[in-house]
Amino acid sequence: MLDTTGTPPQTLPNAPGVGYKPQHFAAIMEDPAPVEWLEIHAENYMGDGGRPLAQLRHLAERFPISVHGVGLSIGGADPLDTDHLKRLKHLCDWLNPASFSEHLAWSTHEGFYLNDLIALPYTEETVTRVADHVAQVQDILGRKMLLENPSSYLAFAESTYSETDFLTEVVARTGCGLLLDINNVFISATNQKTGAIDYIDAFPLDHVGEFHLGGHDQDTDDTGAPLLIDSHGREVADPVWALFDYTLSKTGARPALIEWDANVPEWPELAAEAARAATILQKAPA
Amino acid sequence: MSRQSEFAQAILNPDLPVPEGLQNPEGAPAGKRFSVYRNNVAVSLSEALEVTFPVIRKLVGDEFFKAMAGVFLRQHQPNSPVLMFYGAEMPAFLEGFEPVAHLGYLPDIARIELALCRSYHAADTPPLDPTALQAIAPDDLLKTRLHLAPPVHLVHSKWPVGSIFHANSSGDTPPTEMHPEDILITRPEFDPQVTVLPSGAGAFIAALIDNATLGDALKQATITSGDFDLTETLGLLLSAGAITKISKGT
Repeated sequence: MLDTTGTPPQTLPNAPGVGYKPQHFAAIMEDPAPVEWLEIHAENYMGDGGRPLAQLRHLAERFPISVHGVGLSIGGADPLDTDHLKRLKHLCDWLNPASFSEHLAWSTHEGFYLNDLIALPYTEETVTRVADHVAQVQDILGRKMLLENPSSYLAFAESTYSETDFLTEVVARTGCGLLLDINNVFISATNQKTGAIDYIDAFPLDHVGEFHLGGHDQDTDDTGAPLLIDSHGREVADPVWALFDYTLSKTGARPALIEWDANVPEWPELAAEAARAATILQKAPA
Repeated sequence: MSRQSEFAQAILNPDLPVPEGLQNPEGAPAGKRFSVYRNNVAVSLSEALEVTFPVIRKLVGDEFFKAMAGVFLRQHQPNSPVLMFYGAEMPAFLEGFEPVAHLGYLPDIARIELALCRSYHAADTPPLDPTALQAIAPDDLLKTRLHLAPPVHLVHSKWPVGSIFHANSSGDTPPTEMHPEDILITRPEFDPQVTVLPSGAGAFIAALIDNATLGDALKQATITSGDFDLTETLGLLLSAGAITKISKGT
């Protein structure tokens, strides 16, 4: 288990953050309110220099930064990509971010990267693999990581764990924290015809270091049943806000991120989503 | 075949059946639910290619580009999660892609766009102070080596690809006749620039990239071109911040 005695002093505030987009740089530097921290996708900052790293250097002087990896393939059957781990370590050592997080999913197979967060079955075999990979990441980065719950579209016949039990087990084995994506909970519950509240009630909430809030698209499956797609391309849906409110009533305020990655709006619209999160965070129990 | 191999192949090839054991909430086969992954992968990789190859996209049209990207991404998946460098195989792919065989300059346009992308993300190095060159005695100058900055790239083409590139990115007049061009990519600060090089400069800069002395590079340039202008080319490199260091040749 990771020794966390040397964790960096800076942490994410229990306030709204947003996923950083370069087109918002000037607006954020001028007036970020109510946004108090920023999240970047690690893979977009793995060049050697130029504008992306220059902007990040400026932002990191003013804001706590969360580094969110999207390409490590922690649920992959193959060993973790050591070149990619080195790139992550290089970025985290340089930036010393307030948080590092990745996904309970896989995306790389036999050396090829599919650029999607693909679900995995929840079995003894996969819990061991994921825990080993999380431990390896924490060991190499020298910091605790947060693992994010996925959005799911289908179920695996071979699963023997519920997702919440699976995550609880990974936490127990590795000492990692969790990133609870409220939109993903709502998507998965709708798509799997399970209860979103039940999921939150079963979730190991004590270990949540960050929330994600994003928008989803609506579709239907072959039977006409609702099929929600995790698109991050619009405002957060009302039932997701309600679920966030419910969750905070149990956890109190924690860092909460607005994710808007496609059809990215102008800054005022994104800031308005963050303001909505701020309102809910402010009335949460201390 | 392992579970993830089966999954990956079915994602990339929509003609393959959805893997067994994937279910909807009633325990029936997942069907269309699996298509979410197929769609996400194809659309996101295609969008990554659109970001890197905007001029190729403009030249072939949006609809054609999407279809072509679909063929490309099924032949060449990214070999790294760092997608900013995805598409390195595009020039070779275009050379062999029959539907664009009549657009012989496309592979070199793709080479320019790849070079722009690498240049954008290349390491920052302070440019050489132009007075450093003037401080060297004329006799010693030809023995020196000029070190080019990491964002500098060179593309040789038998087509007027620089002119075609500018006509389709900044609205310049398209070239009226086909002729060879050498293209230099530099990055004065953060934004890479595409420059059509004067006669002989391509051979000169290629020699510098190969670590030749200034004298040997000059020889290469004058062999290639009868009217190579050393002062003009050095001025171009210095003003674009393309030279980072000068060292005594031995």
